[in-house]
Amino acid sequence: MSEMTYAQAARLGLQEEMRRDPTVWALGEDLGYEGGMAGQYSDLQAEFGEDRIVDTPISESTIMGAAVGAALAGTRPIAELRFSDFAMCAVDELVNQAAKARYMFGGQARVPMVARMPIGIRGGIAAQHSQSPEAWYTHVPGLVVVTPGTPAENRGLLKAAIRCDDPVVYMEHKGLWGAVGEVDEDDQSETPLGVARIVREGSDLTIVSWAAQVGVAAEAAESLAGEGVSVEVIDLRTLWPWDRDAVMNSVGKTGRLLVVHEAVRVGGFGGEIAAEVAEELGVPVARLGGERIPIPFSIPLEEAYKIKADRIAARVKAMLA
Amino acid sequence: MNNETLVNEPARVIAMYRKMLVIRAFEEAAGENFFAGNVRGSVHQYIGEESIAVGICENLRDDDYLMSNHRGHGHSIAKGAHPRAMMLELFGKEGGTSNGKGGSMHIADFSVGMLGANGVIADGCTMSVGAAQAIKLLKQDRIIVNFIGDGGINRGPFMEALNWAKVYELPVLFVCENNQIAATTTTRLVTAGEGIAKRAESFDVPAVTIDGNDLFEVDGTAARIISEIRNGSGPQLIQAMTYRLRGHFAHDDAGYRPAGEAEAALKNEPVARTETWLLENGLKQDELDRMRAEVDAEIAGYVEDAKQAPWPHPSLAFTDVQDVGAPNVPEAAR
Ligand SMILES: Cc1ncc(C[n+]2csc(CCOP(=O)(O)OP(=O)(O)O)c2C)c(N)n1
Repeated sequence: MSEMTYAQAARLGLQEEMRRDPTVWALGEDLGYEGGMAGQYSDLQAEFGEDRIVDTPISESTIMGAAVGAALAGTRPIAELRFSDFAMCAVDELVNQAAKARYMFGGQARVPMVARMPIGIRGGIAAQHSQSPEAWYTHVPGLVVVTPGTPAENRGLLKAAIRCDDPVVYMEHKGLWGAVGEVDEDDQSETPLGVARIVREGSDLTIVSWAAQVGVAAEAAESLAGEGVSVEVIDLRTLWPWDRDAVMNSVGKTGRLLVVHEAVRVGGFGGEIAAEVAEELGVPVARLGGERIPIPFSIPLEEAYKIKADRIAARVKAMLA
Repeated sequence: MNNETLVNEPARVIAMYRKMLVIRAFEEAAGENFFAGNVRGSVHQYIGEESIAVGICENLRDDDYLMSNHRGHGHSIAKGAHPRAMMLELFGKEGGTSNGKGGSMHIADFSVGMLGANGVIADGCTMSVGAAQAIKLLKQDRIIVNFIGDGGINRGPFMEALNWAKVYELPVLFVCENNQIAATTTTRLVTAGEGIAKRAESFDVPAVTIDGNDLFEVDGTAARIISEIRNGSGPQLIQAMTYRLRGHFAHDDAGYRPAGEAEAALKNEPVARTETWLLENGLKQDELDRMRAEVDAEIAGYVEDAKQAPWPHPSLAFTDVQDVGAPNVPEAAR
């Protein structure tokens, strides 16, 4: 076991997969010298060379499109888009090409690529560098959507994404880059896609969340425990496919569901989970998500957007009242 | 006709001519069956441009790649996709290249390196440079040909891909089929500067402009350039001048064109031009007639097969989406 950050753990996972499989490679802006925005590629170009850690021009359409073509031609590319905001320049290549090639061509093709596009608020980078558009991609048939929440899982889920034969939208949360956690370096296994993790057990209500918001939900659960309220917290880890069994089992036990996400509430993925649970179990459901505003710059404004632990706790208490 | 550059032994010319006939007959049948209600959707015919696909693909190996666009039937046949499976696909039938899941704009045959037609203009450009990057990484000596129309050169991905292909010196041949029109818009009127060749040259990608309706010029140019690319020249571009004899798709009568333009273009169309060469070089009219009758009968057979072929089972709509998180098959489709 060693302690490492979320970014270091991702770097380790990528390095291990690149050592294991010579067809794995990455392409994106500033991967070599800079080593990626958070050092998640640092020194990998020195080890694997410029043909496997490829510094690209600022051509997002081609970063994504080239990854699709390279996947069709027998390799496993990782397209690094730096920000999910910039990935919007390449949504066509992801949605119209990567996601559909296998289907349109009647199963002749696979597109084993990872589109890596970090989400979320990191602090002070405002409206075009802070969004959480993960729900958009859950809507697209053919895509897998992953939102790792801890260092160990950022390594394990990245391994799973690279090994997966489907195109995977891999959305690290920028606010977690520096988060520290235990990683078992001897364990080469992947963290399975589509399997949630129970962060904390409880009996009165289930909170479902993902990415950086999980920590906030756990903080709320901790404070509620002090008041005698027992909350179960689930980190979905993968949004498509989401772990329906884990969520239904938990809500079947607790009888109430609150979904909390950093993304804008309107049209957010919380709505999908809440609706599925309500349809299947007929229990009270609620959602907490961002107001429908661009992410602001100034500290008090950005803070005002966030869903804090006290708000989550208050919502839980209201649901139990 | 310019035959200097060509190793134009009659057998080779006859083989290429026959392929052009197959494409022509396929496209005529596609159009007829569109109007007969057997083929749905957008059917972009390649009539009048056959010499380009055939002349280029004659110089490719089976394991070379081809990335096509919306007007892809000719490219597919020239690369070796089977016209029978393609016809079944147009009819939406089981046994089609995609078992009816793709249709005209999504024909592919990965077994012959045909990596797909494409419904989104110019997206093939970025995918082609990616496939070329895979070729480089896997240390293969394949090349990839990317077909694009003159309208496609005004999309960003074309410019991005040219730059990218040159930066990494990738084995890509861009072939721009310049039929001078994009749907109903005259490309010249919406294109600044001198157009495609100049754009390629501005990225230091060598570009040549040829008469795309001259099979021998296409063949000779392709032979030279493909061998250069295979030997490491980096990307190059061929602008093949041509003319779209029909509407943009089968249900377009091209009423926006000046009267007489298409009729005048007929004298320059590639099947007739190749035929003239063959007659001048010793073939008899009845031999040509026999070949045409054979091809027509072959395609008519595929149309018959397509009519008879079973529809795909509804459950197929739910397969080949993804492995992880695959959809359920609804009760009604089982
Ligand atoms: C991104 C995109 N925009 C628009 C269209 C609609 N469209 C289909 S074909 C076409 C014209 C293409 O012209 P060109 O590239 O010159 O090829 P041609 O049809 O002449 O062979 C257009 C505008 C499309 N398919 N994709």
